[in-house]
Amino acid sequence: MNKVYNNKAWFLILPMLLLVAFSAIIPLMTVVNYSVQDVFDANTRFFTGTEWFETMLNNPTLQAALLRQFAFSFTILAIQIPLGIGIALLMPKRGWQASAVLILITLPLLIPWNVVGSIWQLFTRGDIGLMGVGIRELGYAYNITRNPADAWATIILMDVWHWTPLIALLCYSGLRSIPDAYYQAARIDRASKWAVFRYIQLPKLTNVLVIGILLRFMHSFMIYAEPFVLTGGGPGSSTTFLSQSLTTMAIGQQDLGPSAAFSLIYFLIILLVSWVFYTAIMNMQKDNTNQGGA
Amino acid sequence: MSWMVWTVPTAIFFSTIGAMLAGMTVWEVVSPSIERKGFLPISTTRGDRLFIGLLSAAYIHLAVVGFTDISIWFALAASILWLLVLMRWG
Repeated sequence: MNKVYNNKAWFLILPMLLLVAFSAIIPLMTVVNYSVQDVFDANTRFFTGTEWFETMLNNPTLQAALLRQFAFSFTILAIQIPLGIGIALLMPKRGWQASAVLILITLPLLIPWNVVGSIWQLFTRGDIGLMGVGIRELGYAYNITRNPADAWATIILMDVWHWTPLIALLCYSGLRSIPDAYYQAARIDRASKWAVFRYIQLPKLTNVLVIGILLRFMHSFMIYAEPFVLTGGGPGSSTTFLSQSLTTMAIGQQDLGPSAAFSLIYFLIILLVSWVFYTAIMNMQKDNTNQGGA
Repeated sequence: MSWMVWTVPTAIFFSTIGAMLAGMTVWEVVSPSIERKGFLPISTTRGDRLFIGLLSAAYIHLAVVGFTDISIWFALAASILWLLVLMRWG
């Protein structure tokens, strides 16, 4: 069959392109320009070439922050994705229970980042916080300002609490879009619950999971306000993630050149990981459809 | 434009990228790309290969600048070579 190609619709994205140019592309170009210079003011600037990149890549503080960042992002993904799918599978499918559960589950998503930080800051305080006092009463000397392990566990718990609902909602909508015929066919075949999940539900969830994983990865990789309010990056620098290191450098010390170079490295990492995730998952799906068709 | 603190190298960099994108568009109109499988583990279109090439070029440059004493021009030469190999056989 001869397909008719008409690409005129591409012109419709021109306004959007213009908008993105002003909101993203031109600022990004400026960052690139800053990253190769030492800019003092409008008239005084020196070309430094690759010096900033060299300094930033060999900066032990930033290397440590990068490792922590990866550890954090992959930990929360490893918890949130299975947990979100699990919650979505358990959610009631119809009636008033469905609406009630949806609202309850969505609540954490409505809370702004820094408010989440404050809530957990109060919640985990050793003198008045419910969780802080509770754990202490159970006999464990819980203290997020002293013990790095406590701080880590709390930040991960906070992120899981805040963002698992997003995965659950995405999966729930994915599950709702599976036609009943699939389940009926599975019942006729006397498929086990696991088989239904593995060969019907999970494949149908691929698309929403791609979006969920990408969103959660990018979000968590750029996390700033929540740990900043909760622990301030401490104890020591054990919960200082990349964006906080960057902010300290760019705003606190006004080192625009080094922070520009660092931002670009940061951007390239996010770009690479997102691309790898996207390509990997999209190809898995392609293989599946090929097998199904053959 | 002075607020953007342009330098000659960055201007050349962005002009090259812009020219590449424009060139790819013209190429696509003249002879549309067909998705195919080369030595990469995934099947790619021409644009995919350009993206992979540019992204790896960025990492090649970062690695050379950050962790070796090799001149950045060798990184550039290696990136161009890699991009050509990728576009032809990728």
